[in-house]
Amino acid sequence: MTSAEKLPIYLDYAATTPVDPRVAEKMIPYLTELFGNQASRSHAYGWRAEAAVETARAQVAELVGADPKEIIWTSGATESDNLAIKGAARFYRQKGNHLITLATEHKAVLDPMRELEREGFKVSYLNPEANGLVDLAAFQAAITPETILVSIMLVNNEIGVIQDIAALGAICRERGILFHVDAAQATGKVPIDLKTLPVDLMSFSAHKIYGPQGIGALYVRRRPRVHLEPLIHGGGHERGLRSGTLPTHQIVGMGEAYRLAGESMGSENERIRALRDRFLAGIADMEEVYLNGDLEARVPHNLNVSFNFVEGESLMMAVKELAVSSGSACTSASLEPSHVLRALGRSDELAHSSLRITLGRYTTAQDIDFAVALLKDKVAKLRALSPLWDMHLQGIDLNTVQWAAAAH
Amino acid sequence: MAYSDKVLDHYENPRNVGTFDTGEDDVGTGMVGAPACGDVMRLQIKVSPEGIIEDARFKTYGCGSAIASSSLVTEWVKGKTLEEAMTIKNAEIAEELALPPVKIHCSVLAEDAIKAAVEDYRAKQGATASDTAASAA
Repeated sequence: MTSAEKLPIYLDYAATTPVDPRVAEKMIPYLTELFGNQASRSHAYGWRAEAAVETARAQVAELVGADPKEIIWTSGATESDNLAIKGAARFYRQKGNHLITLATEHKAVLDPMRELEREGFKVSYLNPEANGLVDLAAFQAAITPETILVSIMLVNNEIGVIQDIAALGAICRERGILFHVDAAQATGKVPIDLKTLPVDLMSFSAHKIYGPQGIGALYVRRRPRVHLEPLIHGGGHERGLRSGTLPTHQIVGMGEAYRLAGESMGSENERIRALRDRFLAGIADMEEVYLNGDLEARVPHNLNVSFNFVEGESLMMAVKELAVSSGSACTSASLEPSHVLRALGRSDELAHSSLRITLGRYTTAQDIDFAVALLKDKVAKLRALSPLWDMHLQGIDLNTVQWAAAAH
Repeated sequence: MAYSDKVLDHYENPRNVGTFDTGEDDVGTGMVGAPACGDVMRLQIKVSPEGIIEDARFKTYGCGSAIASSSLVTEWVKGKTLEEAMTIKNAEIAEELALPPVKIHCSVLAEDAIKAAVEDYRAKQGATASDTAASAA
């Protein structure tokens, strides 16, 4: 296929990924012939489903260096985050009432934290450094004798930066604090070995790594054992932590996707890093372009770039041949720029001018070349329309301008 | 977000993009919005001695609806007297472009830009008139 035949070009792999055809193929029999309920202990349909679920559990555990018994199926990383954070905080409430997270976390972490605040917990939302990474000294300083749980994501969904989970976890371990890590954007991109990592709870997603939507998992450490209060009560599935009939076909898909990720992670990362570098080289001669987040401690799949003096939503509209996402949430009712870019201390106009471009398994060099050429053309067109660009060319510092309207 | 055909048309073929010299006496400049809000509009009008808007230019930093709203008002103000231009309401702009509720502020900004441009022109004229009066005295 040429680029023109598959427009728009998909460069939003951090939002979701297509199901790998090899994964889909494995899933299909579990919708039709092998449709049993794995909880049915009395016949072969149930036994076969149970065997498939346990194979998948071992496949997920294998990629992250866990024991299969430590993997709990959920509906996705959002549910995993909710179960980990609310489940642990409520269970260990008598030990303390203070929680720590980052201002740059996903809403699936921030919103459960807000809910716990309504229940009487105190939460510290730490701002990372300007490069998106948390400062270990600042983190240590935020810990109090009341702190019972810390939640910090491994790879940030907007800017792709990789936090030093080993160091953060070691600090938590030393102080007897539980450590939850959202790894939805990390699996298949960075090596994870829970045998050595001091992490107690870790959230996983299938659809971020070429598995199906609607399925995820939570790692719950057994030694030392971590207890959770379940959110969903019912038939006592998943050791009582998450009731509900297991969606066997989804689970089979997640297992196969994780197996494939383990197989190809090294070569795929290298290929994607080369594409990422090709993109950066392509835009290197553009003026007033800023990469958001650290370049080194970052998965190669993620590019979050601010094209200064161009507003993100109009840029997305201009590059409609690309399926990308805007760091500015102007498409929602809030009209607020990204909370992540704000937490990095980016100016409002830079936060409003950002695009998130995320590469994946099916991205080609032609896709990158097309995207670079299109972005250059459209950014130039929009800057010719932009009064801010005019002012920049005249040498006016926008911070010194008295803006008329503050009402919007 | 789905944009109306009219928004897309103005966005893809913006009318009257550009700049007049702000120093000219017959030019009124209105700049409204703020980068922090994600919208800045600059609207300029060129006014004949009879008080008719002969020409208009804009530049806008903002979403597609903001660009379309400012492009549209450059067309609407042309040929109008200053008084007529001042009667253009944001609701008419929003209706013409079929803006969704979340984008109504773009039309408000465009109305504000017209008012700011007219006020700037009048302020300049007032200053010139009093200069003339002073030198005549």
